[in-house]
Amino acid sequence: MKRVVITGIGIYSCIGKNLDEVKDSLYKGKSGIGIDPQRKEMGFRSGLTGILEKPDLKASLTRRQRIGLADQGEYAYVSTVEAMKQAGMDEDFLASGDVGIIFGNDSSAKPCIEAVDTLRLKNDTALIGSGSIFQSMNSTVTMNLSTIFKLKGINLTVSAACASGSHSIGLAYMMIKSGLQERIICGGAQEVNYQSMGSFDGLGTFSVKESEPHKASKPFDKNRDGLIPSGGAATVIIESLESAQARGAKIYGEILGYGFSSNGDHISHPNVDGPTKSLEMSLKQANLKPSDIEYINAHATSTVAGDLNEGQAILNVFGDKQPLLSSTKSMTGHEMWMAGASEVVYSLLMMHNSFIAPNINLKDPEDELKSLNFAFDTINKDFNIFLSNSFGFGGTNSSLIIKKFD
Amino acid sequence: MNKDEIIERINGFLVEEFEVEPEVIEPEANLKETLDLDSLDYVDLVVEVESNFGFKVNPEDFGGITTFQDFYDYVIQKAEEV
Repeated sequence: MKRVVITGIGIYSCIGKNLDEVKDSLYKGKSGIGIDPQRKEMGFRSGLTGILEKPDLKASLTRRQRIGLADQGEYAYVSTVEAMKQAGMDEDFLASGDVGIIFGNDSSAKPCIEAVDTLRLKNDTALIGSGSIFQSMNSTVTMNLSTIFKLKGINLTVSAACASGSHSIGLAYMMIKSGLQERIICGGAQEVNYQSMGSFDGLGTFSVKESEPHKASKPFDKNRDGLIPSGGAATVIIESLESAQARGAKIYGEILGYGFSSNGDHISHPNVDGPTKSLEMSLKQANLKPSDIEYINAHATSTVAGDLNEGQAILNVFGDKQPLLSSTKSMTGHEMWMAGASEVVYSLLMMHNSFIAPNINLKDPEDELKSLNFAFDTINKDFNIFLSNSFGFGGTNSSLIIKKFD
Repeated sequence: MNKDEIIERINGFLVEEFEVEPEVIEPEANLKETLDLDSLDYVDLVVEVESNFGFKVNPEDFGGITTFQDFYDYVIQKAEEV
């Protein structure tokens, strides 16, 4: 079995449009949450959202390359270009080498809705245009990026709700570990438009603390009132250790374990057993003891049921030796399909800059979770091993363990 | 809309949609080669024609169009029929 390492990371999120900006935001505990006035006009219960600018790609991509990119595809292009630079991979290398792509994405609502709007208005499918179909499919990110970068390896989208980005890394890790592929561009991408969020808003799951957007996401806090939808894209380029060393690439970390499970339970209400199984599987695969983990980037989205069940699973698995713990969703909101990949990027930035980002807005933890080792504020600390949890609707769970390479 | 106005509008959306410099548009130049059109681009060309001139385009009509002038003539004729 091959060792699998991370050689490139890139990010486009509501707390920064590149790695440097995001690192600063994480260190300072800066929130990227704001209000989208259009959502209020559309009758949303909550206007709270991660705030992102649309990237201007006119100078970087041709019309044909741009026309199939939905919002999340544009974000993913930007984060992937940054990751390629970090990895020392240019477009010629991607096109000529054994490079694949596995990205997490689980919706592309805006182009679907716009196409149907056109159809209803004009009664003519020809007026939908040529880009819509390539923007509308769940595989929009991988079909576009694999075309733009002329990739020749695995070409696959993972749709696993809010664990999509994490499973993309886990599955790519397994392919490289087994020798099926040398290098894979992994990641997660999430649209942030109102079209994609209406049905979720309708469940009453979003925070309505609109008076103070930066303080609205409060994972693990007794006073939280729901999650805040967000998005963007994160890219994690992974490859075999032999490949990375042969290229003289900088190695950001080694993937040691991937645990997964399905709750086999309620479609939206989480439980404790599923996440516990995922955590235990990742530790077993990494051949580590719970006490070896120094930091956990929690999935915790700022919902009562989700935070409590995950917290209980972490208490069960890690017992008396609780690793430091924070949910970066306190700053970013819930980046959903992207979250599993972005939170690996956030944790790698912390590990390489010797700090633990704070779980901002956490003042009064739930009584049942007071034994968790929360990072209430930024902690300056060297650490070498972290675990990142991601869970999603349908009870899909993923846990990744990554170690600083030595 | 007279013929000059139709041609001006066509050139306008070609420059905008297909991102070409206005000076490359010459009546006798090859439409497909100048705009670097592939099969998908013709779908967007239909969208522009139908949206701007209000008649239904039969994609097979493009079979007889080689130059920009051919394209102008086709649109002018169809627009007159409308």
